[in-house]
Amino acid sequence: MADESMNPEPRDEGSLSDLDARIRAARERGARTEGTGGGGGPGSGLGLGMRIGVEMVSALGVGLAIGWGLDRWLGTKPWLMVLFFFLGSAAGILNAYRAATGMDDSVGFGAASRRRDKRER
Amino acid sequence: MAVSPVEQFKIVPWIPIKVGGVDVSFTNSAFFMVVAALIVGLILTLSVRRRAMVPGRWQSVAELMYEGTANMIRDAVGSEGRRYFPFIFTLFMFLLFGNLIGLVPYTFTFTSHIIVTVALALVVFIGVTIIGFARHGFGYLHLFLPEGTPIVAAPLLIVIEILSYFSRPFSLAMRLAINMLVGHVLLQLLASFVVALGVIGIVPIGFMGAIFLLELLVAILQAYVFTILSCIYLNDAIHMH
Repeated sequence: MADESMNPEPRDEGSLSDLDARIRAARERGARTEGTGGGGGPGSGLGLGMRIGVEMVSALGVGLAIGWGLDRWLGTKPWLMVLFFFLGSAAGILNAYRAATGMDDSVGFGAASRRRDKRER
Repeated sequence: MAVSPVEQFKIVPWIPIKVGGVDVSFTNSAFFMVVAALIVGLILTLSVRRRAMVPGRWQSVAELMYEGTANMIRDAVGSEGRRYFPFIFTLFMFLLFGNLIGLVPYTFTFTSHIIVTVALALVVFIGVTIIGFARHGFGYLHLFLPEGTPIVAAPLLIVIEILSYFSRPFSLAMRLAINMLVGHVLLQLLASFVVALGVIGIVPIGFMGAIFLLELLVAILQAYVFTILSCIYLNDAIHMH
């Protein structure tokens, strides 16, 4: 091959018997219909901490925004906002719990816990 | 001398445009979005122009990014996610280069603005919701009621799950924007120490070097995180069961 000189270490794992196995492995990977759900993600403590904070704040913010909007629409100021403040907090804590336990790859526990069982098996 | 550390995030309209009372000026933010899109387009088209069997440097870079995204989708979504590859790849490249361009001095980091990331996250969120309903019909609503829930707890739980569902695009967007914001504020603060300390300013310069490397990592990592989470949401909508 003309390019052999540019390639300092010709890969000898590319022998034919090996190639067959690798092709099969690649095919298998391509044929998998369902993903594992989680990509793993960065597992650093700082990242997780930041993530949990963001999850809690964003759920609370969404709760407050929905409550405020409903209040404006229905003219029930301020009661729905108060109600959704608590619901938003609950959703935030739920999100944080899921992020901490690694079940955050879907809404609802059903699919997430099933997927985790599959991964552990 | 005391430059405000948040001065760098100011949006400056370069070409003021008004359409029907709505301000659609071409700002510095818009300019760097165009730059990011152009760089992505140029790198990807020019690097694969030769289409060598043994890839050169640039072609290797392009192939690395292409295959990395393809593997990410295959691992997180499975083979059915392949048809969403163009969108996911575009999203990843746009965010990656948006983050990286922001690290070049005198540029503007459009990904540090929450409005930009929220808009991108909402596109993902709305798209995923539509895909979910299109594939499962009203069965998609089962997502909000985990199996085996006591019927008494259902009304409360459904509301909480819906809030949790709606908070996803915002947490996705906030994570990216805040990471970008914090890094750039930190660099700016350290830079202002350099001037204030005079000769001893060499110390913060050293720190800045280290933090700049960290920011480089964060820029790549956050683009990756945003994309992988989009893939995970997509997986959720495609494979409910």
